[in-house]
Order: sequence, then structure tokens, then C-alpha cells
Amino acid sequence: MIRLPDPKPETLARRDAIVAGLSDIVPSTSLISDETRLKPYETDGLSAYRQMPLAVALPETTEQVAAVLRFCHQNGVRVVPRGAGTSLSGGALPMEDAVVVGMMKMNRILDINYPDRVATVQAGVTNIGITNAVAADGFFYAPDPSSQLACMIGGNVNMNSGGAHCLKYGVTANNLLGLKIVTIDGEILDIGGEHLDAAGYDWLGLLTGSEGMLAVVTEVTVRILRSPEGARAMLAAFTSNEIAGRCVDAIIASGIIPVALEFMDRPAIHACEAFAHAGYPLDAEAMLIIEVEGSVAEQDDLLEQLKAICQRFDPISLKVSQSAEESAAIWKGRKGAFGAIGRISPDYLCMDGTIPTSRLPEVLRRIGEMSDSYGLKVANIFHAGDGNLHPLIMFDANDPASFQKAEMFGADILKLCVEVGGCLTGEHGVGVEKRDLMPVQFAPHELAQQRAIKSAFDPDWLLNPSKVFPLIDPVAMAKAA
Amino acid sequence: MTLALLPTDEAGVQDAVVSAAAAREPLWVHGNGTKSGMLRRVETARVLSTAGLSGITLYSPSELIISARAGTPIGEVEAALAEKGQQLTAEPPDLSRIFGANGRPQTIGGVTATNLSGPRRVAWGAMRDHVMGIRAVSGRGEVIHSGGRVLKNVTGLDLCKLFTGSHGTLGVITEVTLKVLPASATSATLVLPGLDAVTGVAALSAALGSPYGVSGAAWLPKGAGFDGPVGLVRIEDFAASVAYRTEKLRAELGIPGAEILDEASSRTIWKSVRDVLPLPLGDAVWRVSVRPSAGPGVLAAVAAAGIVGFLDWGGGLVWLSGPASAAAHRQVETATRTAEGTWMLLRGPDCLRSAVDVVPPEVPALAAITRRMKASLDPAGVLNPGRLYAGL
Repeated sequence: MIRLPDPKPETLARRDAIVAGLSDIVPSTSLISDETRLKPYETDGLSAYRQMPLAVALPETTEQVAAVLRFCHQNGVRVVPRGAGTSLSGGALPMEDAVVVGMMKMNRILDINYPDRVATVQAGVTNIGITNAVAADGFFYAPDPSSQLACMIGGNVNMNSGGAHCLKYGVTANNLLGLKIVTIDGEILDIGGEHLDAAGYDWLGLLTGSEGMLAVVTEVTVRILRSPEGARAMLAAFTSNEIAGRCVDAIIASGIIPVALEFMDRPAIHACEAFAHAGYPLDAEAMLIIEVEGSVAEQDDLLEQLKAICQRFDPISLKVSQSAEESAAIWKGRKGAFGAIGRISPDYLCMDGTIPTSRLPEVLRRIGEMSDSYGLKVANIFHAGDGNLHPLIMFDANDPASFQKAEMFGADILKLCVEVGGCLTGEHGVGVEKRDLMPVQFAPHELAQQRAIKSAFDPDWLLNPSKVFPLIDPVAMAKAA
Repeated sequence: MTLALLPTDEAGVQDAVVSAAAAREPLWVHGNGTKSGMLRRVETARVLSTAGLSGITLYSPSELIISARAGTPIGEVEAALAEKGQQLTAEPPDLSRIFGANGRPQTIGGVTATNLSGPRRVAWGAMRDHVMGIRAVSGRGEVIHSGGRVLKNVTGLDLCKLFTGSHGTLGVITEVTLKVLPASATSATLVLPGLDAVTGVAALSAALGSPYGVSGAAWLPKGAGFDGPVGLVRIEDFAASVAYRTEKLRAELGIPGAEILDEASSRTIWKSVRDVLPLPLGDAVWRVSVRPSAGPGVLAAVAAAGIVGFLDWGGGLVWLSGPASAAAHRQVETATRTAEGTWMLLRGPDCLRSAVDVVPPEVPALAAITRRMKASLDPAGVLNPGRLYAGL
């Protein structure tokens, strides 16, 4: 189990005074302090961990956010920023002595500027909300995490969210132009703007993926892109993970950049097929979903080339979609993957390591061996173009031993990712989930350096202080600083 | 007396930094010094070059990843990529015309430390968007790695972004890992004649807002090699797509006299835009970035001060050239602030560069964070002091 820092007794003792102070800053409808209404905030997408916060503030303006943070700073109260609470790594897990600052009331689209291809929105706008606002005019916002119906852009910035289309369009960091942030002492700062590549230090890049530890994001300016003329998918199934992996290499080497290149192993194919009846080949060991964009003629041409490449690897099934409906059918199983696994297992952990794609067959083989030795089933789904693995480890949360084994299995997978040259997390973030594995990827002095940069923003460690870095004794930390 | 340090490995860089910090003797850190003339001049008794750290350390074409030591000449990296049909996506410029050639090639470390990107930036991202991993020696003499050799990585704070574009002030970059992409099979350029800056940028915006995958969009004034001012729009892809898309775009834009340049001419003109050749070379050169629709306004606002320029990135990158005076610089600052953008004084005499803000100053609250961040990485202040901001 993950340990949280000890709550500050002086904060807990002053709970009523803190709530009263906050009630002077935000409207009463924006402040939650009673147990029943705090309950929904006790966890996020990593629901194995729960902790009731001291209070929840839901500011409606950047100025209110600034006032809340200034108040918390003056009173030494910890703050946990929260978007939609969809983090799979426990990034929004509250602390007993912390005020959760939620962005859900800051959900306005502020400006859409087509000539400059940018949109400015408040942090609580959902990811899909941006695309929905511009779709009628033929534009979209590119990063598309699986949780895009619910997750908020402020959370996307803090976790540097990706999605299935990163190979072509990049992750959040690559689609971001400006931020309005509030620092822990209540200063409102504009970072970047509607232009590219601000001179000076790349604060935009540093803040992206900083998991709520450096500042609270209240407004976000993103690039919006014109939608392609069309898109179409194909499916190719193979007799081994290794052959499918070699086919991925051949596709990349061909010079084609598919807009999506998804890989599923045998357990994932079976689970998804049983759930979605997408027509996936059940005799395959591995399957690729490949999507291309362009005019119909361009799609035909690219799919023909991709088909020829796949054919070199003796596919046992090769299905090229002829219509938007057929493409949707091919995607149906993949998009329903989490639900599909949920149907065959009471609980699962979704891991998120990245590996060099050349090591794929070896990594999948070793994950299979671990699955046997832990006695827990695993299904592998991943973004093949960029090596971002999502092994889904199935367990039973009602059985503490099963949960413990699942966590150890997950940690072993992530250590394996680092061992082969990859990393602990490709798009879900470290949060609390992978916090204690950070020393696998970073040397002590490197972690100390990252901590020092957090300290530059937040010298008192009040902002989301229990995430990303292994907990160390605060006294020792102060001495090291 | 200048002490020139030319280590050949990372440990040598560490030794140089540790000894400089111990002696409180700042270092002028660079690669081959091809861009020494930009920003504020660093005057030190010790000079540390990373040119001795050379060579590609990893290239995996099927994983779209290349790693090279900081001093590797960029041409060496580009040649290795070209052999496998790939390229540096951000198309970093060669600014030797602006700074004068010193007979040496720019290095991959230098290009990363300055985060300079070419025309393709508008569609495919800047250098900083393609830096997947970095190794750097901090001012403490510690080797700090961030990122790695995979394409998706959100593990810990992204120090790759912090080191990239930091001009050697936070760490001495020793090795860089970049995401690369396949080079397009071919390219073509649509030349849109007879457009002034405002109508030109409107056409570029329409092109960039089309579904045809435009990868370059520039506007050149009269006298830049065409019969009058022109908009330029590049499309790169497989041959059939390029032919289809340029024709579609030409029809949709509907600009009379629009012509399509063949591949050879297209490559020549975009290399020229990349390397800022269309800019008349004055004593001072600025690189301004604004929202694209504000580019023409910046050009108009500085014209009275004798400053001229052209536009890249759909109008958002404004290259300016003019007299090296504080008054001219103030004009650029004012025009850029009005457009809510950002400037960089790229070329100018030392006296001008030390007298003005070469980049926009940070507001006090951010400057305080900057000082603490800098102090955490370079407590003795030995890495390129004053390069970006006076006193830092």
C-alpha cells in the first residue's frame, strides 16, 4: 500500500477555521466540507486508494483560485488540484489535511480563433468539449486520451496526456501554446500565449506533466487543427507477437506515418471480442489496428501499401475497411477494451510503461512468464507506434492478497520497461501509483534536482506534495535544500 | 588570458564545471560557437566547448529515435537520417548568414540549446517537441538525465524542456535523443502572387486551416526573388498526394496567377526561408513570434523605424532587420508587446545587446521562480551568466 505523509496536526485542529476562511473567498455553493458531499472526492481513477480531504473548494474564477491558494499558503494548508478526477495514477488522490481545489466550475470556452487556429478555454472544459466546440467548423483538438469524454484540459496539461493518435499529432505538450496559472502564493501568471516558442525558459514545457506540483492551471490555450478529409482503418492479425512486432517495424520503415497503430495480444483480442463482437480473429496471437487519413483516393493508396506490407508477414486475417461504418466496427473492440476486461475480471490495474518497440516480443514474453508465476491474468493493449504499453492486470479487490500480488506484478512490469530502455509511465503520470518506483529510473541526485525545481515554485511543499517523488523525511529534505 | 576547455567525454565536462564552480570562474559554454552572436554576450576567462563530444550513439530508424553526443555536427546527423529516408522534423536553420560563418558546423547540442526551428515548425513542432531525452551536466557538476529513448514519457518533471532552449545557462548538454520522422517522398510549393502582408497572411491562414497538410507557409515582400510580394505554401507527402493536394488548394484559395513550383525549386526556396536568406541584412536582426494574424501589424509598426522583414509560420514568425539602435529596438519591443508576442534580439553590436532586453523580461513573480530554479541547477552561477537576462 502507498503511504501518504502524516497529516499536519495543526491543520486538522484548525479545520473549522480553515473552512470558515475559505467561505469568505468562494460562494457557499462552491465549498464542500460535510462528509456526505466530500465522499465523491475521496478517490480518482485509481480507486484502490481513498482518502477524504479536509474540504473541497470549487472556484469559479482565476481570482478565486488565487485567493484560495493565498489563503492556504498563509495558513500552511496543503492543496490538491483536481480536474475530473480521472487520473489512473492517483494524481488527484486527496490528503486528510488538504483542500482539494476542483476546476469543475471553470468550464467556459473563452475564445476560438480560427485564423490563428487556437482556442482558449478554462481548465475545467473537458477534452472532448474543445473538439465539440470547433467540430462544426471542421476543426479538432488532437490529443485524445481514452477518458476524453470526462477528463478536463487542465488535468490533461498537468499529466501531459496522450492518446491513440500521438504518433502523428503528438501529446498535450506539443499542442499547447499558453497557460494561465496560479502559484501557491496566489500570483496569477500568463505563460506563453497564442504564439509559438516564447523566448526565455520553456515554462510551458516544464509545467506540462508537472502533476499539479508546481502551480494550478486555470486557463489553457491550445492549437486546434483542421480535420482531415477522412480516415479509415484496417485490421491485420498474426500468428505471434514477434511477427506482429516485425510488421510494425516494416510499416514505420516504409515512410508511412499511420495516424494510429494499435496492438492487441491474444487475451486482449478475446476479451474485446466477447464484449464488443467486433469480428476480431480469435485464432490470432496478435492483432494490429492501423488507421490512415486523407481523401478517399489517398486512403485507398495508403491502405493498399499497408496491406502489401502486412502480407509479407503471413497474416492470418487482413481486413481493410471500406466505409466509416466498417472502421467504427474495427475500433469498437479496442475502444471498449477497459469495459471488456471489467466484464471478465472484477478488478484490473492498467499499467502504462513505454518500451523501445524493438524489445516488444521479449517484453511480452516476460510479461507472460510473470503472469504465470503470479497466477494473475494479463491482457496487453498498446500504442505500437510509440511503444506505450497498457498491460491490464486482472485481480480481485475483495481479496487483499490478490491486490497485493497485482501491485507487485505491475511494479515488475514497470521495472522491466526501464530495464529494456523504456520508462515507468508513457501517459498516465507517476501520481501515487508509481511514486515509489521513481528510484528505478532516476538516481538520487536526479530526484533531488527535480525536487529542487518543485521547491523553486513551491518552497513549502504545499501543492500536491505526496505525488511523484518517494516520500522522504521533511527534516532531511529541508537540510538538503 | 582565456582558458579553452575542450573535453572529449562527459566526465571531462563534469571536471570543467566542478573546477569552474570551485574557482568561481564562470564558463562561456557553447558547441562550435556558430551562434555566439545571439542574445547577450558572455564574457568569461574560461570557455567550455562541447565540440569534442562527438558521434551518433544510437540510431534506430524503426523506432524513430536517434541519439548523438552534443558536439556532433548537425550535418552528420542529417546525413545518417537521410540514408534511411528520415529527417530532423523541426528543420533547424543554419544562421551563418546572420552571424557570419566561422568555418565550423553547428552542433546538435547547439541547435537544441537554442531551440531554433525552421518552416516546418508551424505544422510539425519545434526542436523542443522532438527532444525525447537529454543528458546534461548541471552547474553542480552532476550528470542529470531526463526523458529517455522512447517516444512517450511522462515520468517525473520534464527537464528536457527546461534544458532545451536554455542557451547553456542551466546545464551543459552532453547528449541528445531526438524523435525523427520519415522524410516526405516529395514536396511542392504554391506561389501566391500579388498579395500584401495582410492578404498574404489571410491566404496562408486559409491554407493552414485546410485539410491538406501544409508544412510551410511564408510571406515574402517585394524584392525577395519574385515579381512582387508572394505567399508561399508548401505541401510534403507521397507524390500522388502532393499533386492532388496542391491542385485542390490552388483551386480553393482561388488566387489569380497562383503557380506550383516543382520539387527542386520548392526545396531551394524553403531552404532559403529556413536560413533567413530573404531578409536584407541590417546591423540588427530580431526574431519575433506573435499570433499569425498579428504578423503584418508588426511589420507595419516598425517600418517607420527603417526596419524591414518577412513572415514565416503562417505570419507568426516575423524576421526583422534594421539599424542597431536602442530606438529601433524599442520599436520592435513596442510592436511585439502590442501584438502580445515575444521577441529575441538575434544580432547586434555588443553594446546594444548589453543595453536592451534581448528577450522580454519576466514579471517579478516569475523572475523570482527563475532565480530559484537557476540557483538549484547552477548555484555558483558559472554557466553562461547573463546570456538571457542581465544578472542571471
